[in-house]
Amino acid sequence: MSTRDIVHIALFAALTAALGLFPPLTLPAVGVAITAQSMGPMLAGALVGAKRGGLALALFYVLVAVGMPLLAGGRGGMGVLLGASGGFVLAWPIAAFAIGWAYQRARFNPGLPGELAILAVFGIGLVYLIGVPWISAVAGLSLSQAFIGSLGFIPGDLIKIAVVIAVTRTVRRAYPALSQGR
Amino acid sequence: MILSDYIPGTGLLWRLPPGSKLLALAALGTLLLAVPRLDLAALTFAAVIALYLGSGLGWRVIWRILRPMLVILAVIAGAQWWLFDALSAAMVALRLAALLLFASLVTLTTRASDMIAAFERALFWLRPLGVNPAKVSLALSLALRFIPVLGAITAEVREAQRARGLERSVIATAVPVIVRLLKMADDIADAIEARGYDPAPQSPRPTGDTRP
Repeated sequence: MSTRDIVHIALFAALTAALGLFPPLTLPAVGVAITAQSMGPMLAGALVGAKRGGLALALFYVLVAVGMPLLAGGRGGMGVLLGASGGFVLAWPIAAFAIGWAYQRARFNPGLPGELAILAVFGIGLVYLIGVPWISAVAGLSLSQAFIGSLGFIPGDLIKIAVVIAVTRTVRRAYPALSQGR
Repeated sequence: MILSDYIPGTGLLWRLPPGSKLLALAALGTLLLAVPRLDLAALTFAAVIALYLGSGLGWRVIWRILRPMLVILAVIAGAQWWLFDALSAAMVALRLAALLLFASLVTLTTRASDMIAAFERALFWLRPLGVNPAKVSLALSLALRFIPVLGAITAEVREAQRARGLERSVIATAVPVIVRLLKMADDIADAIEARGYDPAPQSPRPTGDTRP
């Protein structure tokens, strides 16, 4: 791993933290807020690939775990990671890795349908696959109840996918060196 | 920017090594989730409160931690009550509150720097898997430095986009921030390497033998 890789990992961890600065939109549902922060794993995976993207989000998780208030709304510490939304934060490194892997396989140019599919399957599907059973364990609900409670966040997630596609495409145009590096 | 919830102190909880506190948290979490009993949850909740009071942290600190969680606790307990009964609602709420309070206790009594040091020591055991602790340390310290820098960049870009009437657009903010970020990454990597940083040799450095 080169020095540049390490710097990229640190920067995308920090970017995910910065996305938490956008004011969150809390729905009166299960207590999981709609935040711009969940675009962090999508952007990291789509821009710098599986290894760096996944490690960036793993680093973010560690920083939150040691008590930095980096989650949207200034939350942080082990307490939040064990709470209702903890499973989603845990899912981010895995999602970033999967998204990066898929983008790399498509040589960072999967085309619009490809991008939609990658981000929907790994950015939403995979995250819910981990986050929903977590809610059900923490809140003592059945899987289907936890899932229904989380459905309200899907529209927000779809908007985030659109934003991520627009952002990654523009960034790639503005910074073509990105796709040439590994 | 305040980067830690740490409250300075000298009690037993502050002097315990961070690793042991994390292990205790993991053990308590596993126990509470594996044995869903109301008496156990209530006992743990009382014990955690006693730990707070015994360490001189007081009710005000407990309230400060519990207050933001009250809504979530109420929603979860309400759902339990509606779906099952009052007893399971009490069990789930007490269990979650106890866990969250204990986890916050770990954060409150451990400096973030000590926690990171413990984390780096733990990484030593991952060496055989190809994890290089020095590289992880570099990434950790870089990220800690970048977070306030990035916050400043984001604020700057939003300010600039406000002048164009674009402050509500996530795209108009995110794109310039990310492009500046990537340019910064190149400069920083060059700067680190120009200063002769060796991303830590995998083999241990020879010691003593090189002295004349």
